[in-house]
Amino acid sequence: MRRQLWMASVAIAASVAFGASAGAKTLVYCSEGSPEGFNPALYTAGTTFDASSHPIFNRLVEFERGSTTVIPGLAESWTASDDGLQYTFKLRKGVKFHTTKAFTPSRDFNADDVIFSFERQGNKDHPYHKVSGGSYEYFEGMSMPDIIETVEKIDDYTVKFVLSKPEAPFVANLAMDFASIMSAEYADQMLKAGTPEQVDLAPVGTGPFQLQQYQKDAVIRYKANDGYWAGKSELDTLIFSITPDASVRYQKLKAGECHVMPYPNPADIEAMKSDSDVNLLEQEGLNVGYLAFNTEKAPFTDKRVRQALNMAIDKQAIIDAVFQGAGKIAKNPIPPTIWSYNESTKDYAYDPEKAKALLAEAGVSGLKTNIWAMPVQRPYNPNARRMAELIQADWAKVGVEAEIVTFEWGEYLKRSKAGEHETVLLGWTGDNGDPDNFLYVLLGCDAASGANRARWCHKPFDDLLKQAKQTADTAERTRLYEEAQLVFKEEAPWVTIAHSVVFMPVRNEVVDFRVHPLGGHIFYGVDLK
Amino acid sequence: MAVTTDMSANPQDPSGSPSATPEAAPIHPVREFWHYFSENKGAVAGFFVVLFLIVIALAADVVAPHLPSEQYRDHLLQPPAWQEGGSWSFVLGTDAVGRDLLSRLIYGSRESLFVGVIVVSISLTLGVSLGLIAGFFPGFIGTIILRLMDMILAFPSLLMALVLVAILGPSLTNAMIAIAIVLQPHFVRLTRAAVMSELSKDYVTASRVNGAGIFRLMYITVLPNCMAPLIVQATLSFSTAILDAAALGFLGMGAQPPTPEWGTMLSEARDFILRAWWVVTFPGLAILISVLAFNLMGDGLRDALDPKLKRS
Amino acid sequence: MLKFILTRIGLLLPTFIGVTIISFSFIRLLPGDPIELMAGERGIEPERHAQLMAQFGFDKPIWEQYLVFMGKLLEGDLGASIVTKKPIFDEFFSLFPATLELALFAIVFAIVIGLPAGIVAGVKRGSVFDHTVMGISLTGFSMPIFWWGLLLIIFFSGILGWTPVSGRISVLYYFEPVTGFMLIDTLLSDEEGAFSSALSHLILPAIVLGTIPLAVIARQTRSAMLEVLSEDYVRTARAKGLPPGRVVGLHALRNALIPVITVIGLQVGVLLAGAILTETIFAWPGIGKWMVDSIFRRDYPSVQGGLMLIAAIVMVVNLIVDLLYGLINPRIRHAR
Repeated sequence: MRRQLWMASVAIAASVAFGASAGAKTLVYCSEGSPEGFNPALYTAGTTFDASSHPIFNRLVEFERGSTTVIPGLAESWTASDDGLQYTFKLRKGVKFHTTKAFTPSRDFNADDVIFSFERQGNKDHPYHKVSGGSYEYFEGMSMPDIIETVEKIDDYTVKFVLSKPEAPFVANLAMDFASIMSAEYADQMLKAGTPEQVDLAPVGTGPFQLQQYQKDAVIRYKANDGYWAGKSELDTLIFSITPDASVRYQKLKAGECHVMPYPNPADIEAMKSDSDVNLLEQEGLNVGYLAFNTEKAPFTDKRVRQALNMAIDKQAIIDAVFQGAGKIAKNPIPPTIWSYNESTKDYAYDPEKAKALLAEAGVSGLKTNIWAMPVQRPYNPNARRMAELIQADWAKVGVEAEIVTFEWGEYLKRSKAGEHETVLLGWTGDNGDPDNFLYVLLGCDAASGANRARWCHKPFDDLLKQAKQTADTAERTRLYEEAQLVFKEEAPWVTIAHSVVFMPVRNEVVDFRVHPLGGHIFYGVDLK
Repeated sequence: MAVTTDMSANPQDPSGSPSATPEAAPIHPVREFWHYFSENKGAVAGFFVVLFLIVIALAADVVAPHLPSEQYRDHLLQPPAWQEGGSWSFVLGTDAVGRDLLSRLIYGSRESLFVGVIVVSISLTLGVSLGLIAGFFPGFIGTIILRLMDMILAFPSLLMALVLVAILGPSLTNAMIAIAIVLQPHFVRLTRAAVMSELSKDYVTASRVNGAGIFRLMYITVLPNCMAPLIVQATLSFSTAILDAAALGFLGMGAQPPTPEWGTMLSEARDFILRAWWVVTFPGLAILISVLAFNLMGDGLRDALDPKLKRS
Repeated sequence: MLKFILTRIGLLLPTFIGVTIISFSFIRLLPGDPIELMAGERGIEPERHAQLMAQFGFDKPIWEQYLVFMGKLLEGDLGASIVTKKPIFDEFFSLFPATLELALFAIVFAIVIGLPAGIVAGVKRGSVFDHTVMGISLTGFSMPIFWWGLLLIIFFSGILGWTPVSGRISVLYYFEPVTGFMLIDTLLSDEEGAFSSALSHLILPAIVLGTIPLAVIARQTRSAMLEVLSEDYVRTARAKGLPPGRVVGLHALRNALIPVITVIGLQVGVLLAGAILTETIFAWPGIGKWMVDSIFRRDYPSVQGGLMLIAAIVMVVNLIVDLLYGLINPRIRHAR
């Protein structure tokens, strides 16, 4: 009897599973983890941005869904002064903030909200600066405190940013998650009520969805923002079902318990391709995995040695063994989804004989060196240890003996930054889809004792980047970056190894989901059949 | 796990408890031991399974049909021989990268036994030494040691081991150290209790009077007389060690791939849980059987070795 | 009696202080620079690095850090998570009900099956039933529960499709949590079917988590029964010609239950350790999974705070069991 009852209850549960959503359109996204919180300015994880900046908030400018092109968001238009030091934004009118249990907006979005959102992060004396831990990693990481001199309100719908130095990628920076616009009115109310941290816990934005409920480590639920300025979402409810295990996510996708899932198990890709209920989308990720030579240490000071060691590596074998098909060979230091990617760059072909000859020419024989392998898994390098073993074997064929070295992750980063390595495996995931965010950050002279693990400072290359930084014209910048990529390849401070391939299985009933090159998962604009 | 002590404090096991022990002439202790031990069928079965494991582990190179890390790229996730699609060259099937499951299990027995031996050795040595000290110096030092052990025992053992491994860095060696640290308080308590009861006995006083040094007293005079409960505890710790090492491996904090450790194998197999039942089933079965064998043996040993616990 | 209670609590305090020292110093022993770790590939400016070190107090000598930490602890402040930046107390206790619900169900499952099985096995000592129960319980005791969980998922979710694979409830139900206990909250809500959804999510994890306690309880109950059945007063009762059912029920059971209660109490540590594995397998949003996640995310303050809270819970429960036992069984009070 008990058993029958129990069976019956399960049957009910099963039948209700999708019945509850009848009428209203509910999309369930099986997300890979819990968000750190709901204020994108405070955090750095993509998981957090998926749950906060994309559904709940808007920025002055936005990335077009599925590309790295910057389009108007809360600002309708913007102009840059000729010296590149002033950017003036015309704001959109009639944009409403969400109405929540705790907050009913009395006015539309205006310049005050923009000022508040940037002052909170940039002004150490702002009453909100210290709230919720008060660390703004991305704002700091993108050097915004150095770049932004002031943010001024010209009138209710005009805002002017004054920069301390010309910075062409600045507009793209404003499209990044940390630059999400929050309600100043809500913040004031909460400050008066003595609960400023509520602003971060119960977010109020202008975005297409409004946070309805978050059960920690389990579910996030959003409802469509009826008055969204760009038109109400086709979806009425958006649910994030937090499912850390990739195989379980796929199981739920198959069972129809969710519609979209990120980060499938490489092992499941084949099955997904042949699954008739599932549509497998794919795209190169916005990242690059590389091996950097320490160009300050002999013999890596000699570009012939670097070139030779480039030629000695069989990259295809690495793609097969380490990425198991979920990667593409990298020839440039930026991924192909970024504008200005130079198609005409010629990569060093795998040629051990030529490599040997070149090493002999450089007078290097019996070279003993090391390869540092990261202890962690990253999209641009799913298994650094295995990658290092392959490179070690390839180099051995040209008479270079390499020892594999690894440290605990924090230590690894610190020591490689200090230049203790001879060659090091690392990578980078882009932030704003701007080439500068790869080239200057990773290879510029200013970074030569920091993120530039090759410690490579090459004047002609650096000049091109600096020039591009100060040019607002995209066509001109493209030309400069394309040239820089050729210089980079000739000088070979890195072995560019791979870009990951992002797979995204979605169910057939999902309409117009696009893989976002910047890595976010965006559901405004998506519909269900 | 903390239960082990609770279990070991449970003396009654009917199958191993002789209903009557008529003593006519003194019998040789080994024979007497075997007499009690062999009455417990489960314990004997456990003993033979353990023996089997040891043989397999020692002879892995000969017994295993393949090398544990050899990848047969044309045979990914091949089912066991008796299932459709299986073949007798991979009796228990292959895993996701085409490694022979049976061979990995066979080599895995080495890892598990190794873990057991090392963990028990460390925790036994450390635990017994601390226990002896605590027993001989029941004052300040003894209290400190006991309090320290209380502190360690206040943490759930697996959690403690997990955090320790996180600190030391995930590897089998560190997992063993962590488990040994978590297990040794049981030995300390046991040794101390045994020492306390022995110390008041005449033979100890006699040795003392004869001027035996403290080390001699500890290790030569007293210790051999409290061996029985320690042996039992060591056997049970052996199973706990295997289980906890597998659990750590499962959480990614124990042996690292491609080591054929059973728990690590299970953790790798999780991705295929609904597609390839064999990669999940067999490693777990291997863990269960070994742990069960040691527990059975431990039960039998307790009944046979510990006269105080024998039911009259 | 009061003296007995006070002694026990007095013994507990130094242990607890020791526990705080252990949890605290663990985190300080971790290799690598926590700030450097947080920054990742992106790197961090030396100035900002120093600022964050100061903010988390890592720049002070370790004893000073400890004193500051203890001072805050007395005010009920365990610090904030590095990842979510929320107070650790809030994080912990927002997830604790999920673990408590699971653990309660597991222990109920263990008692409901283990107790009767142990009693019957004890009474019918040497029977086939007895041997079967003991065999099963030793197997359960030897069970790698992470594997057991996977097997149950394969069978009940994969093959039969009866139970969901993971989580606490179907994500489609929407209601405001009141108590944090899903079964109660679903009953309070007007979502139809939510209760059965929650129940069906709970069953497999509860069985998995309850397996080892079940084995221990069955064994302990059986041995306690054997012990009591051999005591003089039971023999007397039997000799008086009382029906066996009455002997077992009235005399033996009551006395046998005393040690069993202790054993049940001692399962708290086992349950919390088991929750780590069970919650990981079933993606159960409780503190066990939170601890594992925190360890992997290198969220040191959370690991430290979680360790301390869990140890405190185990100690308090053990104390209560101890006191209860002393209350029921006065002999213990004077034994030590």
